[in-house]
Amino acid sequence: MTLSVDLAHYMAVSGLVFGIGVTVALGKRNAIAVLMGIELMLNAVNLLLIAFARFGEAFAGAGEAIAGHTFVVFVLTVAAAEAAVVLAMAVLVYRRRETVELDRINLMRW
Amino acid sequence: MNALEQFHLIGPAVVLLAGSGVVLVADLAWPRRSSVWGLTLLALAIAGTYTLVQALTGAGGDAFDGAVVVDRFSLFFAFTIVTTAAAVTLAAREWAAGFDRAPEFFSLLLVAAGAMILLAQSVDLIAIFIALETTSIAQFVMAGIARDDRGSEAGLKYLLTGAVAAAVLLYGFTFLWGLSGETSLAAIAAFVAQGEESMRIPLMLAFALVAAGFGFKMAIVPFHAWVPDVYQGAPVPVASFLSVASKAAGFAIVLRVFYAGLGGGDTFIAGEWALMFGVFAAASMIFGNAGALLQSNVKRLLGYSSIAQAGNIAVGLAAVAAGSTLGPSGVLFFIATYVATNLGAFLTVLVVSQRLGSDEISAYAGLIRRSPLAASILSLCLLSLTGIPPTAGFIAKVYVFNAAVRADEQWLVALVAVAVVNTAVSAYYYLRWVRTMVLDAPPEEKAFQPAASAQLALGASAAGVLLFGLIPTPLIAAAQRAAEVLQQ
Repeated sequence: MTLSVDLAHYMAVSGLVFGIGVTVALGKRNAIAVLMGIELMLNAVNLLLIAFARFGEAFAGAGEAIAGHTFVVFVLTVAAAEAAVVLAMAVLVYRRRETVELDRINLMRW
Repeated sequence: MNALEQFHLIGPAVVLLAGSGVVLVADLAWPRRSSVWGLTLLALAIAGTYTLVQALTGAGGDAFDGAVVVDRFSLFFAFTIVTTAAAVTLAAREWAAGFDRAPEFFSLLLVAAGAMILLAQSVDLIAIFIALETTSIAQFVMAGIARDDRGSEAGLKYLLTGAVAAAVLLYGFTFLWGLSGETSLAAIAAFVAQGEESMRIPLMLAFALVAAGFGFKMAIVPFHAWVPDVYQGAPVPVASFLSVASKAAGFAIVLRVFYAGLGGGDTFIAGEWALMFGVFAAASMIFGNAGALLQSNVKRLLGYSSIAQAGNIAVGLAAVAAGSTLGPSGVLFFIATYVATNLGAFLTVLVVSQRLGSDEISAYAGLIRRSPLAASILSLCLLSLTGIPPTAGFIAKVYVFNAAVRADEQWLVALVAVAVVNTAVSAYYYLRWVRTMVLDAPPEEKAFQPAASAQLALGASAAGVLLFGLIPTPLIAAAQRAAEVLQQ
């Protein structure tokens, strides 16, 4: 019996990683941990893009799948830009408040 | 089409993005703040004229392999966004003079505005994503640019929620692309129009993820939690820009994706997303108004009020999805009037808060005696936000609600009933503010006048609110012509 890995497996893994990412991003109180969750979500996106490009039924001709590869490069770039801004902002908040715990950053409520 | 012609087509955005670089370099070479302010205004004036010329000469077509398209729809939004940025720049002159990171602020403002124009022009998933992220990241930094306690808190909150929303949106885009095999909205629309039953659940999942991602930009419930904090914590010019331009661009791209990308209001999943926007609309109006009732800080109040207003626009979106022919132009018309109105309100707050040194409603007591101009413009804008004739807000609400009722759906009529009740509720907190300004005794008698440049911006907003209210036909015609593009 041969074991073949196809789109469904990748979708399952991607869904799992995305779910973990969402849980971390929404559940954690530390800004850096939230950033980690966001990175997991974006990695799930990238995994799914590549899996679709490789196995997707819509790409039988395989010519158009290059759009997916391009998309991945852009997602990586934007993720890096976002991470840079998050870290800069976290440093700024830490300097002023000596914490990056989101539930202690609460000057504004209601 | 050669490269030059393609760049000519997206000229206004190019001018703004290049202008942002020029502003930074000019600040290095020639460190006087007024020069930066003037350059920003110059870039916006060029971009505005460019857009007008494009509109008048009937320029149009797609560029960069169909990634962006210039049509009446994108020109409508390009002009709205440039006007907004120019008004914010004009009104922010005094504020910028006392702020040592003003060059960075103006540079980011130009980036954000330029990318928003590109966003309104994008008809390809990858282009939409890039334009959206460019404008978002610029706005995140703008929100935290004051680097004080509240500003940095606002920036961090805005950034983290924004990044989560962007990731959710991307997941939706990935499914749309993976299912249809296409990145262009037209090709996706063709795929959806085939109406394969086996695709119903996956497509709905994809569009729900996309709606959640865009919901953050539009600031509708349940993706609204960042709004009051950011509006309160960010500097007022930033908040006014976010509340108006960012929201307009968000609705523009939602109309594009959900109308053009879904193939109009008659595809096999149109009913579901009409209902989805209906629920968003009702929730936004109810939560927005309930939150606004409790506020004593004007910026927070305007934050909650803008959530409620987004709910009103979402009523239009639901009507669009239910197949109302008046729906798309209704949404465009509402956005244009909302831009004039909310900008007027926010810019007056910008001017007044600086003089009063406070953001509390109580500090506005007797404002009419201290600055009749500011108080009357703010009152006019608040009346328009409530939807009282003869202001633009009244016509916009009537137009959108009419579009929803005419769609012949029971639940849309119920939704309009909810909207009308909410309008009555909103009158309480808008008019309470007006009453404080007009009837209460001022804490001190010292009169003041807004600076000349601010007066210009305020006057323009007020003129827009009144003109669109008294003579709405030209704007309605423009909105309808812009909406026709989507209906083809």
